[in-house]
Amino acid sequence: MADATLFARRRSPLQDHGAALSRGAVSGPRGVTLTEIPHLAQITLRGDPGNTDFLAAVRSALGLDLPLKANTVAAAGDVSALWLGPDEWLIAGAPDSEADLTARLNAALKDQHVSVVDVTANRTVLELAGPSARAVLEKACGLDLRPREFKAGQCAQTNLARTVGILEMTQGGAWRIYVRNSFAVYLADWLLDAMAEYAIDAKF
Amino acid sequence: MTGFRLAQGGRIDRSRPLSFTFAGRAYRGFAGDTLASALIANDALLVGRSFKYHRPRGIYAAGAEEPNALMQLGVGERTEPNARATQVELYDGLTANAVNAWPSLEWDLGALTGLASGLFVAGFYYKTFMWPPAFWNKVYEPAIRRMAGLGTAPREADPDLYDKVHVHADVLVAGGGPAGLAAALAAAQAGADVLIADEQAELGGSLLSARATLDGWLRATLEELRGMPNVRLLPRTTVFGYYDQNYLCLLERRTDHLGPAAPAGISRQRLWHVRARQVVLATGAHERPLVFAGNDRPGVMLAGAVSTYINRYAVVPGKRAVVFTTNDGGYRTALDLAAAGAQVLAVVDPRPESAGDLPAQAHAQGIEILNGHAVVAASGGKRLDSVSVAKLGGGAARGVVCDLLAVSGGWSPVVHLFSQSQGKLRWDEAKHCFVPGTVTQAQRSAGAANGSFALGAALAEGFAAGAEAAKDAGFGGWRAPEPPEVDDPREAPPLALWQVPGAEGRGKAFVDFQNDVTASDLKLAAREGFESVEHLKRYTTTGMATDQGKTSNVNALAILSDATGRSIPATGTTTFRAPYTPVTYGAMAGRDRGDRLDPIRVTPIHPWHVARGAVFEDVGQWKRPWYYPQGGEDMHAAVRREAKAVRTSLGVLDASTLGKIDVRGPDAAEFLDRIYTNGFRKLGTGRCRYGLMCRDDGMVFDDGVTTRLADDHFFMTTTTGGAARVLEWLEEWLQTEWPHMKVYLTSVTEQWATVSFAGPRAGDVLRELSPALAVDEESFPFLSMREGVVAGLPARIFRISFTGEASYEVNVPSHHGLALWQAVMAAGEKHGITPYGTEAMHVLRAEKGFIIVGQETDGTVTPLDLGMDWIVSKQKDFLGKRSFARPDTSRADRKQLVGLLPADPAEVLPEGAQLVWDAAESPIRMVGHVTSSYWSPNLGRGFALALVKGGRDHHGKTILAPLAGKTVEARIVAPNFLDEGGKPLHG
Amino acid sequence: MLLIPCPWCGERDETEFRYGGQAHLARPLDPHATGDAEWAEYLFMRDNPKGWFRERWNHAAGCRRWFNMVRHTVTHEIAAVYKPDDPKPELPE
Repeated sequence: MADATLFARRRSPLQDHGAALSRGAVSGPRGVTLTEIPHLAQITLRGDPGNTDFLAAVRSALGLDLPLKANTVAAAGDVSALWLGPDEWLIAGAPDSEADLTARLNAALKDQHVSVVDVTANRTVLELAGPSARAVLEKACGLDLRPREFKAGQCAQTNLARTVGILEMTQGGAWRIYVRNSFAVYLADWLLDAMAEYAIDAKF
Repeated sequence: MTGFRLAQGGRIDRSRPLSFTFAGRAYRGFAGDTLASALIANDALLVGRSFKYHRPRGIYAAGAEEPNALMQLGVGERTEPNARATQVELYDGLTANAVNAWPSLEWDLGALTGLASGLFVAGFYYKTFMWPPAFWNKVYEPAIRRMAGLGTAPREADPDLYDKVHVHADVLVAGGGPAGLAAALAAAQAGADVLIADEQAELGGSLLSARATLDGWLRATLEELRGMPNVRLLPRTTVFGYYDQNYLCLLERRTDHLGPAAPAGISRQRLWHVRARQVVLATGAHERPLVFAGNDRPGVMLAGAVSTYINRYAVVPGKRAVVFTTNDGGYRTALDLAAAGAQVLAVVDPRPESAGDLPAQAHAQGIEILNGHAVVAASGGKRLDSVSVAKLGGGAARGVVCDLLAVSGGWSPVVHLFSQSQGKLRWDEAKHCFVPGTVTQAQRSAGAANGSFALGAALAEGFAAGAEAAKDAGFGGWRAPEPPEVDDPREAPPLALWQVPGAEGRGKAFVDFQNDVTASDLKLAAREGFESVEHLKRYTTTGMATDQGKTSNVNALAILSDATGRSIPATGTTTFRAPYTPVTYGAMAGRDRGDRLDPIRVTPIHPWHVARGAVFEDVGQWKRPWYYPQGGEDMHAAVRREAKAVRTSLGVLDASTLGKIDVRGPDAAEFLDRIYTNGFRKLGTGRCRYGLMCRDDGMVFDDGVTTRLADDHFFMTTTTGGAARVLEWLEEWLQTEWPHMKVYLTSVTEQWATVSFAGPRAGDVLRELSPALAVDEESFPFLSMREGVVAGLPARIFRISFTGEASYEVNVPSHHGLALWQAVMAAGEKHGITPYGTEAMHVLRAEKGFIIVGQETDGTVTPLDLGMDWIVSKQKDFLGKRSFARPDTSRADRKQLVGLLPADPAEVLPEGAQLVWDAAESPIRMVGHVTSSYWSPNLGRGFALALVKGGRDHHGKTILAPLAGKTVEARIVAPNFLDEGGKPLHG
Repeated sequence: MLLIPCPWCGERDETEFRYGGQAHLARPLDPHATGDAEWAEYLFMRDNPKGWFRERWNHAAGCRRWFNMVRHTVTHEIAAVYKPDDPKPELPE
């Protein structure tokens, strides 16, 4: 299970980018911040949503009902399940819980045709928050992000700048962006560049 | 002095004077001026020379339709060509020059072409400059470009910022005139999210140009809209493109009007991508010129523009004015001129009588009205000095000395966006204009854009359109407010007068001012057989200038229809295309330039490569270390050292970029059997196999090593560039062709970092880092995988090789990638471990004849062409197998993979070099090409891989590579250069 | 840019999708029992109508599902989207 020494040897894609992220933070009524939430446990789960045994087994393993509605998120405690496709979910949990989550899922789903793959190190998570967060995201993303259309508890896989990512709105109204590790620096720099104008005291 | 500024009135701010220069001369204007209005106030109406004849031209319009006043703004890196002075807001320090005045505006050599104008008739490019052919590049084109060129692009990089946003709206309103504002208000009150854009700095459209304004209503409406959280007002924003499913593009000029005072860090312009549920087009109308001799003289202006200059900018373009109009609107200009203190000498109206309210008012003020008359000619040089007026149907012309002629040939609705949306136009016989007809998207037109030119009608239509748009967007149940009271004058029907009779023989009558196309050019083209409007346009270039014919298209069409004896609707229109007005490339690029032009992908080990001074190669979007130069080494020296180290001791490569796919399910083995040319069902757990994938046409698609982790679980690797493509393709087969197969695929490319160390010392390093692992040949044979702990990190260790040397690829979760790399470097130090890049890797694999998909293959190469029959199963079926038996795929003379050894060992052939048997042949037959070529430190010579027709039958023969300046001889050999012991195979 | 209603994710911009060409091409059940001409027909020959067309799309940047769509190749109107195993809809007039 969790091994503190091993965990300490991890590096996140934006580990060296902390200073740039802090420098880019804008406060005030037009404020916006970008932070990394590193090492969230992530598991890709594939299975047949038409199979009640599958849904029941996941419920027993994670304590939540997999979301069957497209582009929605279900959560229980610090575990959440994001709908990615009609037979695909991303299970996200606290850092260093991926081994535990994998074991629980594998045990509950034994003998079923499913796929449980640890993808913790496949993506990192960026969080974009503040009054100007939506305006910044609208520069990178073509989805309808109006509060009426994209609410807390929703998610979407989509194009972000010139890469792709998973977008989730948290209960607190911040945007979480799950981005492939190799693109993390690119996307963070892109968003920082898009944030810069909100630090300038000019009305446009 | 003719043009002058009024002491009162207008929407300019007289407390804020501004300085600017035009053509090197200093002028003053006010905040609220456009460059055009400020020039008129300074009596500097002459703004350029025409395209072909270099005739003096003056400001002609007051908006986007301006054909003449094209400006080169600014200097150096910020210079911008072809800005319309009528749309440039004045700022302090503005510098402008005429784009087409060589060598100067006042003294213009090019005007001599006016004397030789017989050369410049319709199709003059095709007729005059045909012969001799060699003259085109050297003589004709440079001369034409210098004389006729429009503006200069900056040579330096653009220093300004640009950005883009993507927004969604329930209702997008294009145009902020009375109809647009009414529509926005109605839709917003119904609860819809409304975005209203207008190209001008101030919203209000035609209301800003009229004396009898709805000022109170305008103020109240803007205030209400500004206060609504569901409304976004975008002044200085042009809706320039209308695409499928209500996708519209807008260009917002955010800081252009501030000039040097623009704040740093704010994008100069912003491109808006808008997806709207409903669209209201309230884009207004453009006034049409009248076509008579000398109708381009500076001082001839559109009547509506004259009114705009007087009422909005408080400038009067002339002191002694004549109005020439086919409709009642021109009389409004006459009244405006009179009210502003100009002398109105006459209103020339070809209609037999003028029965409307406005003519009556003009008459009451003592303005002379010449019914049944027309202006047949205007004369003057740099400024209009008189016009000739004649009775229609004959009679002597009389001259009227004047400095301003306001013309109105009627109005054309701005249907550009409507047409871009694939709407079909309808010709309105009563109004003499094209109006929106069949609508194909969720959209409606309102106001002048819909042919409803009267203010009251425009407002009513606007309110109705806004309410209906909101309802269709899901915001019904709201009744639109009543439009404000408007007392529109009674108007008599307009007359269609496409070309003034009696003007022939008096001089050039222009239809397209910007491209200098005359009425006789159009008629000549029609006589020559260019009867289709699309042909006419291209042959005469009418409508093809930067203004895209905003003032000329309908007149040109009408003249063509007259010349060909067809009706106007039967003649048709040319296609309207985006953008409505020009858009800078900077805005289209947005922030995606420099390092953000394309994503830069990096591995977790990237910081180490940077610190080590690696030179990077772009592989797809990845940055991969190409080589690691040491102490002033050039690339060749570094690659030699790196490639040598792998064969003699130990090298290490960051292979994290390989695509990786987790394949799981009871049918996984069967699935792989169908996908790969070789078999995977019998692969033992813990064993690896190299596989080749073909498309169904038999051509190689990708390759890689796949490992069986469990009975129903495989780990596939793909090429670096192929990762996404392969996954999508595999899903395609699973989802569409074999949906019954129980297999799940998950991309894990970035889950794993891969450190590959190779060379005689590789085993020693693994033993040291993984003491619990048995590394001997028997316990850990070639092409197998073990799970274990390497440097304290949980890992999958693959014993596979792409170099021919003993080699281990260790995979750890990518967050441990750098830690693993550092541990390998530390453990390898005593063996002289050498990090190597992609170039050395390519040399090493080519020495062994291993192909790279995309280098040795190009989508036309089969496994058999590559001599890889050994990997093609004879027993099972797989994708592509059927195609191997196609006649074209089984030809004996297909290009086949061979090795090449240049006769001169020092020679390294260029990749892509064509290969021939006989360089003296004519025409020379190409029989192949070089796919990979390197210097090998292990062979001590240059060597190459190549595809040669029937190449396998020609081992031992000499083939030629004709290069620039020399022809290189090379011997064809089998595509493998080292034996098992690492000794050269080919002597 | 098209607005494509992915049968799973709803309306998304065309840039999220990859085009997959003509739909309902049947791969011969036994390619090796197929003559060269018939096999070439399957590999290379596609309809190219001016009008309504049933075609395949992949929601590459979203749910990664393949689906079919009925689109008018001139007006770009979209009449229907359906899953690969759904019945083939009639083409509009």
